[in-house]
Amino acid sequence: MSRISDERVAEVWGRLVLEARDAGYSINPDDGFARDLVRGLLENEVRYGYRACPCRLASGEQERDLDLVCPCDYRDADLDEYGTCYCALYVSSEISRGEKAATSIPDRRPVGGPPASAEEMERVHVAGLTFPVWRCKVCGYLCARPQPPLVCPVCKAGKERFERFM
Amino acid sequence: MLEPKHVEGIHNTHKVFLYTLTTCGWCRKTKALLQELGVAYDYVDVDDQEGANKELAKQEVLKWNPACSFPTIILDDKDCVIGFSEISIRKLASE
Repeated sequence: MSRISDERVAEVWGRLVLEARDAGYSINPDDGFARDLVRGLLENEVRYGYRACPCRLASGEQERDLDLVCPCDYRDADLDEYGTCYCALYVSSEISRGEKAATSIPDRRPVGGPPASAEEMERVHVAGLTFPVWRCKVCGYLCARPQPPLVCPVCKAGKERFERFM
Repeated sequence: MLEPKHVEGIHNTHKVFLYTLTTCGWCRKTKALLQELGVAYDYVDVDDQEGANKELAKQEVLKWNPACSFPTIILDDKDCVIGFSEISIRKLASE
C-alpha cells in the first residue's frame, strides 16, 4: 500500500496543475493517471530524498540523478518531439485538450545519466559582463546575477539545476 | 535471487514476464490491461528490490533492453517489448 495519503497527492497535484498553467505547460488531463504519477514522485521523495521521475530507475544518489528530478532535463525536448514528457505527467496543449492521446515514448536520457564531460557545457566568453549568466537546464531560463535563483521562476526547478552559461 | 510475483489469467499461451517500476504510470497501465484481458504474467518491480537484488534485476533488464527502461516485457523468453504497447498486449489475449 502507498505510504502517501490521497490528500497529500491531491494537494501536490493541484499545485503542479496551477504552476504548470502559469508557466505555459499542461499536466496530463487524465487526472487519475496524473495523480498516480504524483504519488510516484512523492514515493520517490520519501525513498530517495528527491522527486525522481516515476518512470525511471533512480540511482539513489542525488548528484547522479539531478537530470531526472521532475521536471527532468528532457521534458521540453520530449514535449516538442512527442507532445508528452517521458512519464507523461506533462503533455502538449493538443493532448491536454483531448485532441490526441499521450503514448509511451522512448527515453532520451543516456543510460546511467549524462556523461560527466557533458555536465559542464561550453561557456560563451563575453568580456566585461557585470554578472555571470546562469541557465536553467530544465527550461533554458537565463538570468544575470551573482548566483542562480533558489527556484527557477519559469519552471520551478531548484538552484542545483542551473549551470553557468556566460 | 529474484522472486517474481505471479498474476493468474485465463490466457496462458505465452510466457509473459514484466520488469516494472511501482511508481511508473506506463507500467501500471501495462499490468492493468493484462489483468483486464485475463493474461497470466509474472513481474518484478525493480525499484522495490532490496540490496543486491536491485542490481541483479537491473542487469537482467539490460540484457534485453540496453536502455534499461520500463516496462520491459519479455515474451516466451525470446521477444522483448519496450514501453506500454496496447497492440502487443491485446495480441496476447487473442492468441
